[in-house]
Amino acid sequence: MIETDILIIGAGPVGLFTVFEAGLLKMRCHLIDSLPQPGGQLTEIYPKKPIYDIPGYPSVLAGELVKNLMEQIAPFQPGFTLGERAETLEKLDDGSFQLITNKGTVHRAPVVAIAGGLGCFEPRKPPIDNIDEFEDHGVDYIIKDPEVYRDKRVVVAGGGDSALDWTIFLAELAKEVVLVHRRTGFRGAPDSVEKVEELARSGRIHLITEAQVVGLSGNGRLDAVVIDQKDKGEFLHPTDHFVPLFGLSPKLGPIGEWGLQISNNAIEVDTFDYSTNIPGIYAIGDINSYPGKLKLILCGFHEATLMCQSAFKVVNPDKKLSFKYTTVTGVTGFETA
Amino acid sequence: MDAVINVTVIDREGNTHELEGPTDMNMNLMELCKAYELPVEGTCGGMALCASCHMYVLTVHDLPEPSEEEEDMLDQAFFVEANSRLGCQIRLTPELDGITVRLAPVGE
Repeated sequence: MIETDILIIGAGPVGLFTVFEAGLLKMRCHLIDSLPQPGGQLTEIYPKKPIYDIPGYPSVLAGELVKNLMEQIAPFQPGFTLGERAETLEKLDDGSFQLITNKGTVHRAPVVAIAGGLGCFEPRKPPIDNIDEFEDHGVDYIIKDPEVYRDKRVVVAGGGDSALDWTIFLAELAKEVVLVHRRTGFRGAPDSVEKVEELARSGRIHLITEAQVVGLSGNGRLDAVVIDQKDKGEFLHPTDHFVPLFGLSPKLGPIGEWGLQISNNAIEVDTFDYSTNIPGIYAIGDINSYPGKLKLILCGFHEATLMCQSAFKVVNPDKKLSFKYTTVTGVTGFETA
Repeated sequence: MDAVINVTVIDREGNTHELEGPTDMNMNLMELCKAYELPVEGTCGGMALCASCHMYVLTVHDLPEPSEEEEDMLDQAFFVEANSRLGCQIRLTPELDGITVRLAPVGE
């Protein structure tokens, strides 16, 4: 079991900066994120994009900002549970919170700070009517165990790196691999594009371009996909597996079921300290909502700072907090345990 | 020239919305839809990085060709047609007066 002072859900820029502000007040933090690396959207969606409205930085790449934040919080030795989704949250009799992830990791803390941005990143599901019926019965959005596809027929859809990489990988393993893509060109690493085209030329895989998978059929288990190809129209293609790889998109997920006041996919907070309707739970950054809210990283930093002042009183009910500037006291990290 | 153009948006339920779009605010179609609280997420904020503002252009207008980034992102969208665009990449200009778009279906 992991115990800490502030449990931060979401390791994006705002979650990371919370560690710094909490650290100044001698509170320890532990971050949970469904992505395998810290940085949230900045790392997952736009690491190479410059950001121009971080005070003091005329321009900073999103990936660079995350790197700097990690350096800034290092003295406070935050803990991380990465690649796991915060699943259940309950209040214990002693007033602290217990959070369990989808992989069963148990965390406890007197304060929970939700810095979940737009929610957790999950694979995009194609809007095909009966797709739910075939999940785990032939349709997989993530390849967990490639051995499942050995000597089977697989239809992969998508045009990015993961579609290309898995097509190349499965070509060795599966009985038949078909890659369906909406246009003739591919984005993704030039090496991979070349490899896929080579595999198609040699007949090891089948490339169906200017096409999309628009339907699924089978009786309890997938046995064919409906492909709609330009000039050719719709046709049935028999297969054992369909693997749509269309990247990730954020979903609010289990946070929506924790009894928090939610409107328009955002958690309502009091701007005094960014507290939610449940005492001890705060929401900061893009995931919260209040009159005048702007979804900006710099606003999230501000929210994290004020929140920590309030969280201090929950973590240390008997201590008095005196405000100090870092220019006066510097930054004193935690001793290595 | 009038700084406001008429934009028609057909939502995913087939309802038609008549919007007025200012052309002097550096706004795009995604932002206009959001301003009218139509169900367009605009997750990435308009960087052509999320495909949540995928829409079909139904009228003939002289639109700038999609960039390579926009095409790449449309690869992650579903039910992409020849007239598919990302709303965030279409800036409101006087030439777009009378444009009609339909919001593309979204996955779960």
